[in-house]
Amino acid sequence: MKLRSLRLRKAIEVTFVAVFLISIVVALGTLAMLLGSVVSTALPYLRTEVVVNYASAVNPLQAGYAAAIVGTLWVVGLTLLFSIPLGVAAGVYLEEYAPRSRLTRFLEAGVANLAGVPSVVFGLLGLALFVRILRDITGGPTVLAGALTMTILVFPYVVITTQEAVRAVPASLREGALALGATKWQAIRGQVLPAGAPGLLTAVILAASRAMGETAPLIVIGATFFQSYLPSDPRSFFVALPVQIYGYVGLPRQDFLDLNRNGILDPGEPLLASGGWPGVAAAGIVILLVILFAFNIVAMVARNRMQRRRL
Amino acid sequence: MSGDTEGLQARTRLKGALASLEPRYVWEVGEKAVRAVLFLAAAFAIVMAIAIGLSLLGPTVSFFGKVSPLEFFGGTIWSPDIPVGGSVQFGVLPLMVGTLLVAGASSAIGLPLGFGAAIYLREYAPGRVREIVKPVLEILAGIPTVVLGFFALLVVSPFLQSWFGASFFSGANAIVVIGIMIVPIVSSLSEDALTAVPTDLRDGALALGATRFEATTRVVVPAGLSGIGASFLLAFSRAVGETMVVLIAAGQHIRLHFNIFDQMTTMSGFIAKRATGDVPSGTPVYDALFAVGFTLFVMTLLLNLTSNRLRSHFREEYE
Repeated sequence: MKLRSLRLRKAIEVTFVAVFLISIVVALGTLAMLLGSVVSTALPYLRTEVVVNYASAVNPLQAGYAAAIVGTLWVVGLTLLFSIPLGVAAGVYLEEYAPRSRLTRFLEAGVANLAGVPSVVFGLLGLALFVRILRDITGGPTVLAGALTMTILVFPYVVITTQEAVRAVPASLREGALALGATKWQAIRGQVLPAGAPGLLTAVILAASRAMGETAPLIVIGATFFQSYLPSDPRSFFVALPVQIYGYVGLPRQDFLDLNRNGILDPGEPLLASGGWPGVAAAGIVILLVILFAFNIVAMVARNRMQRRRL
Repeated sequence: MSGDTEGLQARTRLKGALASLEPRYVWEVGEKAVRAVLFLAAAFAIVMAIAIGLSLLGPTVSFFGKVSPLEFFGGTIWSPDIPVGGSVQFGVLPLMVGTLLVAGASSAIGLPLGFGAAIYLREYAPGRVREIVKPVLEILAGIPTVVLGFFALLVVSPFLQSWFGASFFSGANAIVVIGIMIVPIVSSLSEDALTAVPTDLRDGALALGATRFEATTRVVVPAGLSGIGASFLLAFSRAVGETMVVLIAAGQHIRLHFNIFDQMTTMSGFIAKRATGDVPSGTPVYDALFAVGFTLFVMTLLLNLTSNRLRSHFREEYE
């Protein structure tokens, strides 16, 4: 290796640290720009109408997200109902029961690879399996079909988070219970799961966040875009928040062009009937992000609590 | 009398039933049942992976019954509805080139940025900065992709139009935003890889008089290379599968070309555009959706398998 002067080596170091710092600034700056542009575009449309009105493809001022909000709650609720028991059970099996065998490695590889499948492919699975083959049960592209599709999508995340939570429980708790005569399952149910509860809560929130934000699978299975009634049971047709946002984004090419030119949206314009869809879409994004951030803040609090308890 | 016998029999039966309720017996059966149920849950992933394979495979096979694989993978024209040169065309190359261009170019943006962020966070950042930056990066990772697509159209597109003469919808819109999207994936996984490298190696280099940068680039990074490679592959695979950003911001034209400032469609974008729940099954277009989906599935599966193998190789080395 050629020896360079210390000054040169230090200069190289400083340059690269600056480059590394810039990469962080770019990422964080983009996030800030994203949130800023969304909120400023949404501002004129953040009124009660946008929450309580049904979707409209005619008048942006009357357009809202009522069916989408309720639809998202339905899908997320059912997805959690299916995926949490299933995923926690699988995580507990892999961490507590599974022998070190080829079968176990196969199962774990299955979970890891399921996590890497593009979400749109889950949509195709949902379309073929839940909407077409199991039509008699799901009733077509319904809340149930959407939730089942999402269940498969979030399942690996629940399993992996559960495994981490169970692994973090000190062995002494488990062994103490076993020494007192508890069976394996009693030790798990009475000691391991309660001690890992904050981690399991993180799994719930992760699953809910994914189920709430995923759009492509729901579009592919055939969620509606403009629906003017609330889904009332698992076999109702539905629209979800991100799908509805996509619906509004897809409406108005001209509006985006105008927005790009002028930089602002003016809802006071009399010609409003044809303008302002980006504002409606942005208002939907604000609703979606508010719900998501609320979930994620809970996740961080839960995680910090778990870490503090572990110390 | 017969009543007495019956009573006796009933009592015996009751005794037998009670004996079978002995704690030990119940526990043994219960434990086995619990274990079996939990195993079934764990097997769900495999069952679903197979279900994905089968549900994609059926229409894919029927598709290749009508269109030869050579025509599909070698054809340069995708026109399933309007006949070109006498017949409808199912050449997947335009979609595949679009996918690889978008994923490749966005990786060229996102991988260095994410890697730089990881090195800064692991090797240089004061604890305070780490505590703030890491959760914020996680927020970026948690932004729904439909929002990123909206952002691409609203903010990125005007820039690209005025600087590069890009069209309103363009591959570059998606490339820029997907590039930023994968930064948190790369940074958090690469940072894990750097953290797993034993501190002795780093300290040794520093003790021999290396600057921190030299210790990082010549000792720590080479030692963590397989873990870093795994994070790169995973991020690339995410870029390959990304749908909403492409669907919203990249346009709809399906034409074989290499100009990222023009409209472009990827495989996933095409699927989400055409599969809207009401495509009649059995039609060539329905089958084509699954053939494209199957190709996408296999591509990402190979990337993920390689990534997992690299990571487990890395784990064996250091953990």
